Amino acid sequence: MSSLSQRPANAVVGQAIPHESAALHVTGSALYTDDLVGRTAGVLHAWPVQSPHARATVTALRVEAAYGIDGVVRVLSAADVPGLNDAGVKGDEPLFPAEARHVGHAICWVLGETLEAARLGAAAVEVDYAPLPAIITLREAIAAEAFQGCQPTLLRGDVESGLAHAAVVFAGELDIAGQEHFYLETHVSIALVDEAGQVFVQSSTQHPSETQAMVAQVLALPSNAVTVQSLRMGGGFGGKEMQPHGLAAVAALGATLTGRPVRLRLNRTQDMTMTGKRHGFHAQWRVGFDADGHLTALDATLTSDGGWSLDLSEPVLARALCHVDNAYWIPDVRVNGRIARTNKTSQTAFRGFGGPQGMLVIEDILGRCAPLLGIDPAELRRRNFYVDGQATPYGQPVRHPERLVHAWDDLTARADLVQRREEVAAFNAEHPHAKRGLAITPVKFGISFNFTTFNQAGALVHVYTDGSVLINHGGTEMGQGLHTKMLQVAATSLGLPLERVRLAPTRTDKVPNASATAASSGADLNGGAVKHACEQITARLAEVAAAELSVDPSEVTFAGGVVSGGGGSLTWEEVVALAYAQRVQLWASGFYRTEGLQWDSTAMQGSPFKYFSYGVAACEVEVDGFTGAYRTRRVDIVHDVGDSLSPLVDIGQIEGGFVQGAGWLTLEDLRWEEGDGPNRGRLATQSASTYKLPSLSEMPEVFTVALLEHAHEDGVVYGSKAVGEPPLMLAFSVREALRQAAAAFGPERAAVHLATPATPESVWWAIESARSQRDDDSPGRRAERAGVTVVSAEVGGQDPHAPDQPEPDAPPIAPETERLADSGSPR
Amino acid sequence: MSSRMPSATVNGIPLGLEGVSPTTNALDWLRSRGLTGAKEGCAEGECGACAVLVARPGRSGDSTTEWTAVNSCLMPAASLDGQEVVTVEGLGSPDDLHPVQRELAVRGGSQCGFCTPGFVCSLAAEFYRADRADAGCDAHALSGNLCRCTGYRPIQDAADALGMPSGDDPLGRRREAPAPGAVPTRLVGAAGTYARAADLTDACTLLAEHPEAVLVAGSTDWGVEVNLRAARSAFVIGIDRVPELRDLDEDGDAITIGAGLTLSEIERRLGGRVPLLAELLPQFASRLIRNGATLGGNLATASPIGDAAPVLLALEAEVILTSSSGERTLPISEFFTGYRQTVRRADELIRAVRIPLPLSPISAFHKIAKRRFDDISGVAIAFALDVRDGTVARARIGLGGVAATPLRALATERSLEGHAWSESTVEAAAEVLRGEGTPIDDLRASAAYRRAMLGTSLLRLHAEQGHPGRTEGARA
Repeated sequence: MSSLSQRPANAVVGQAIPHESAALHVTGSALYTDDLVGRTAGVLHAWPVQSPHARATVTALRVEAAYGIDGVVRVLSAADVPGLNDAGVKGDEPLFPAEARHVGHAICWVLGETLEAARLGAAAVEVDYAPLPAIITLREAIAAEAFQGCQPTLLRGDVESGLAHAAVVFAGELDIAGQEHFYLETHVSIALVDEAGQVFVQSSTQHPSETQAMVAQVLALPSNAVTVQSLRMGGGFGGKEMQPHGLAAVAALGATLTGRPVRLRLNRTQDMTMTGKRHGFHAQWRVGFDADGHLTALDATLTSDGGWSLDLSEPVLARALCHVDNAYWIPDVRVNGRIARTNKTSQTAFRGFGGPQGMLVIEDILGRCAPLLGIDPAELRRRNFYVDGQATPYGQPVRHPERLVHAWDDLTARADLVQRREEVAAFNAEHPHAKRGLAITPVKFGISFNFTTFNQAGALVHVYTDGSVLINHGGTEMGQGLHTKMLQVAATSLGLPLERVRLAPTRTDKVPNASATAASSGADLNGGAVKHACEQITARLAEVAAAELSVDPSEVTFAGGVVSGGGGSLTWEEVVALAYAQRVQLWASGFYRTEGLQWDSTAMQGSPFKYFSYGVAACEVEVDGFTGAYRTRRVDIVHDVGDSLSPLVDIGQIEGGFVQGAGWLTLEDLRWEEGDGPNRGRLATQSASTYKLPSLSEMPEVFTVALLEHAHEDGVVYGSKAVGEPPLMLAFSVREALRQAAAAFGPERAAVHLATPATPESVWWAIESARSQRDDDSPGRRAERAGVTVVSAEVGGQDPHAPDQPEPDAPPIAPETERLADSGSPR
Repeated sequence: MSSRMPSATVNGIPLGLEGVSPTTNALDWLRSRGLTGAKEGCAEGECGACAVLVARPGRSGDSTTEWTAVNSCLMPAASLDGQEVVTVEGLGSPDDLHPVQRELAVRGGSQCGFCTPGFVCSLAAEFYRADRADAGCDAHALSGNLCRCTGYRPIQDAADALGMPSGDDPLGRRREAPAPGAVPTRLVGAAGTYARAADLTDACTLLAEHPEAVLVAGSTDWGVEVNLRAARSAFVIGIDRVPELRDLDEDGDAITIGAGLTLSEIERRLGGRVPLLAELLPQFASRLIRNGATLGGNLATASPIGDAAPVLLALEAEVILTSSSGERTLPISEFFTGYRQTVRRADELIRAVRIPLPLSPISAFHKIAKRRFDDISGVAIAFALDVRDGTVARARIGLGGVAATPLRALATERSLEGHAWSESTVEAAAEVLRGEGTPIDDLRASAAYRRAMLGTSLLRLHAEQGHPGRTEGARA
C-alpha cells in the first residue's frame, strides 16, 4: 500500500460529517459573490447588448444614446480593450465581437449606477447588423460539413473484419440532447482596482487561475497584477470552468476604466442565452454481435454540437470517444469524432464532460438491440463486461473489473431484482394501460484530466503559534464538498480534531497555477497537495517532539491533538510552541502530481486515467399508456468511491449526480428555434418556466445508495476515489427502464427507439411504436421500429424462448432509408 | 394620505420602504437592506430560492396568523407596507439553528447552499402550519423549490423529520395573534406609484381614475413580466387584500369564490367540495405560487395555457365583473376573446367566480406536461359529465393549450350527450375530441402529441370510471 493511500486508525477522513458550510447555508449566512455588492461602496452594474441574430456582421455601433440615459456611466466596446480582445484560450472568442455568432451574443456592455440604468442604457445602444446565413442544428452542420477543431479517431484492431465475422450486424443513429447547467447561482463577477492598479476579481469560477490569465490577457497585465478569488459557487457542474473568464474580464475592464467596482451578474435569461451547455451529439453506428451476444466490433462516428467557438469541445470529444466502450469489451473499434460549428452558445464542460454522451451510445445500442438478439438486456450487458487482462480501445488496462461484477451481483441481490422482474411481468400482464420496466446498467468512468498537464495541484498550510491551522488549496467549492474533504484530510494528516483546522477561500495569490476544479479530480489532486504540505510540517514537528520526548523522530505519532512517542506525549500546542521557539518553519506548501499517466492525444492511445470508478444502478419505472407520463418507483445504487473520505458528502454526490443525469435523459428539454423565421437560432427554453429541472416530485419513491465495500484504491489520497461525475451516468438505468416499459405495450420482444430526452411525449411515441408491432412483429419490422438497420445475418436467432423461428430471408433494410427521426416521433 | 412612513417589519425590525418603485421586488429590496440570505435563482417564481415568510390571516378566521411562504422575487416591495416578514436570517443563526435549519444541515440537505434559504423558508412555513396534525410534511410543501445538487433525498428526509414547534417558539406564539391587516399605501416615486386599495369601492375608483393602471393581487404573473420582460407601469394598484374580493360563499344554487383569494386559501376553504378544483389545485404551479396567485388573476391574464380556465369552462362557471358603474355577470365561455384578450374593460375588475350547483358527478382534470408538478400544460382537459342510467345526460369539456384561448369542446360534448356511456361512444367521441381546437408545435409539445392526448384523455376517463378502485398508476 502506498503511503498516500494509507489511512491511520480513527482517522477524521471517513467520518460522515455535514458540509463544512452547512450551518452557514441554512441560515443564509454563507456569502456568494453577488452578496458582496451591498458590502462594496460605489458599485457599477453591467448589462449586455445582445444580438437578436444567429449570425450577423456588426456594421455600426452607436453608443451615444446610452449616455443620454440617467445613470449610465460607461459603455464598454472593443476599442476599450488594452490587451487582446479575446476571452478564450483558443483565440476564437472575441470579447467584443465584430460578428455576432449566436442569438444573445453580447456585442458590448453598459455600466450604470443602477442595474435599471444599465439596462435602459443597453436598450438605447444602436447596433446595425448585416445578417449572414446561420447553421442551427447539428444535422444542418453535418450536411454543410461545418466542423471546427480536431477530428480524432479512436482505433483498435480491424473493425471491418470484426463486423464481417459477426453473427449479426446492426446499424443505427442516435440524437443525444444537450443540457443546461442551471446552477442556481448564475454567473457573477465583481472587479475592483486598488491604488497600484492591481485588479482583484471576485468570481464564481471553477478555474480561478485561468480566469486570472484571461483577465490579464484582456487587460495586457502580467498575471501578478491580477488576483481572482472564488468565494464559493452556488453550483458549477462544469458550467463555470471556462465561461466565467470573459465575464470577469468585462468587469475588470470596466473597473480599470472607471476606477470603480463593477459587478457583472447575469440574470437567468442572460445566463441561459449567453453561456455554454452540455454538448448535444449525433452518433451513427454499426455494431456486430457474435452468436452468443458478445460484441465483436463497433464502428461509430460521433459528432458534437460545439456551438459558435471551440471552448472545451476538443477535450469533451476526446472523453466521449474514450468512454464509448463504457464497461464492455469490444475487440475491434473505430470511432471517429467531429465537432460541428453551429450558431448557438459555445457548448462547454458539464459533469461527465463527453463521457455521458459516449457511454449513452453503447448503452442505447445494447438497449435497442437486446430484444432483436433475443437476449435479456441485463444479461446482454453482464455478458459483455471487461474481464481482467483486457484493455480499453485506447490501450489502458482495465484494472479491477471484478469490482464491477461485485457491484452488479451485490445490487442484484440487494434490490431483489430477480423477484421484482417477476412482479413487473405480473403487473404488466394485468394492466393494459400501465406498464412497468426494471433495468440495471453499469458505469465505468476514467478518472484524471485527459489533458495530462492538468493533473497537478498545490496547497498552502499554515500552523499558527497557537496551534490553529489554516489551509488553502487550489480547488474551488461549488457544493461538492471539496473543502469538507480537505479539512478532513488536513486534520487526519496533522492528527488534529477537525475544529482546529480552518479553510480559507480559493485565491490565486495563495496557490498559483491551479487547475480547474473539474474532471472529478478535486479531492484526488488537492487532497494529495494538502497531505504533502501537512506531512512536511509533521516531519519537522516530529524532530522537535522527538528531542523533547527523547525518542527517534520515526517513533513520533500525531493523533487527536496529541503528539506521542516512547510512552510520553505532548499536546499539539506544546509542540507547536517549542517549534516556533526553535525557529522551525510552521507552514508549508504542498504539491501533487498524478503519477503513471501518459496520453498521446493525436494517436488517441495511452493510459490517460489514474483509475476507473465503477457503479451500478437499478431503476423501476411505471409508464401511463394514455399519456407516456411516468414515475420512478425505485432506484437502487451501488457505487465505488474507494475508501470514502467523507461518506455523507459522497452519498450526496451520488444521489445528486443520479438525479441530474435523470434530468438530462428524461426531462430537461433544450429547444432552439430551428425554422427560417425571424427568431431562427433563438433558445426557446430560456427560463425556468420552459426549461424544467427535476423537482422533488421526480424523486424516486424508494431511493437507496450503498458504497461498494472493499474498494480501497492504492495510490490515491487515503485510498479514496473521485465521485463528482461518475454517478451521473447511473441514470442510464432510468432511460432503459422507460424503454422496457414502453416496449411492454407491444408484443413480446418489441424493440423500441426512445428519443432523448425521454419526455412523456417521447415515451408516448415509443409506446405507439411498440403497439404498432402487434400487427406486424416480424424481426425486420421490429428492428425498423427501433430505428435499427439489420445490415447482415439473422435477427432473433439466439432467442431460445421465441415461439417462432427467425425469418432468415427477411430482406435487410437499406441503411440510407433508415433514420431515427422516422421511428415514431414527429419531431 | 397619512403621514405614516411606509415600512415593513422584517425579522422584528421595521425597515422603511420610502423610495421603492412600484416595480422594485421584495427580494431586491431585502437584499439591498443587507438581508442577502434570500437569493435570486430565476426571477420568475420557479426555483423558490427567494422564498420568505409573510404573516397572513390564519385558517380559523382573522384572529390568528399563518406564516406563509411566498416568492419574494415576484412581490412588489411596496406591497409589504405594514406587513411582517421573516427571512432565513430571522429563523436562526449558525450558533443557534432553527429546528428546520438543523434538520437540513445535519442530514446533508445543502450542498452548494444557494437554494437552501428558500427550502428553509418553505419548510418553516410547513413547520408552523396550524393544521399540521402530526409531525411530518405535506407532499406539496416543497413543490416550488428547486435544488440542482442534492437529488432531494436528504431534503425529503429533513421534511419527514419535522417536529412540532415548542411552546415558547416565538414564531409559533406569534400565530396566536391576528396577522397585520392591509394598510392604505400610496408610495409615489420617480418611477411611478403603488397604491393599495382599501376596499372594493376604492379599487374601482382608482381604476376609473387610472385606466392604464396594472391591477396586482399575488403578482405571480405581473412579477414575471417585470423581472424577465422589463414590464413597467407608472401606476400599480394592489388588490390582494381587498375584503370584498376575499369571500367564499355557498348557497343552494352556487359556490361563489372571491377573485382575490389565493389558490391555497381556496384549496383549504373548499376542502374538496368541488372535486374538479380539488384535482386541479395541487397541479396548479407550486405551493409558493398558490400562496400568492388568485383565481381572478389567472383568468384576467387570459393565458391559453392557464389551468383554471378549462376547469371553470367544464364547470360552466360565471365571471362577475365589477366597476364604478356597476356589476355584470357573464358565462366564462364568453369571457375570452383572443390570445390574452378578454371582455374585461379597463375600468373593470373581476370580483368573483360563480360555480353553479349541482356539480356533475363525474369529473376529471387531465394535465399533460413534462413535469408532474409545477409545470405549464402542453394540454389541459377538464371533464364534467352527468351519466344517468348508462346514458350521458350532460357533458362539459374545457380545453387549454390547443388554441389561442381556452375553449369548450362543443362537438365532443354533442357526440357524447344522449349516447350510452360505452366504449363505442367514447371511442367515437375521442375521435371528435382529437379534432377539437387547432394545436400547434411548440417547445412544450408537438401538435401531433397534443391531438393524441385530446383523444386518449376521454379513453382514460372512461377506463378510470370503469375501474373506480384504480388509484395507483402514473399520472401526468
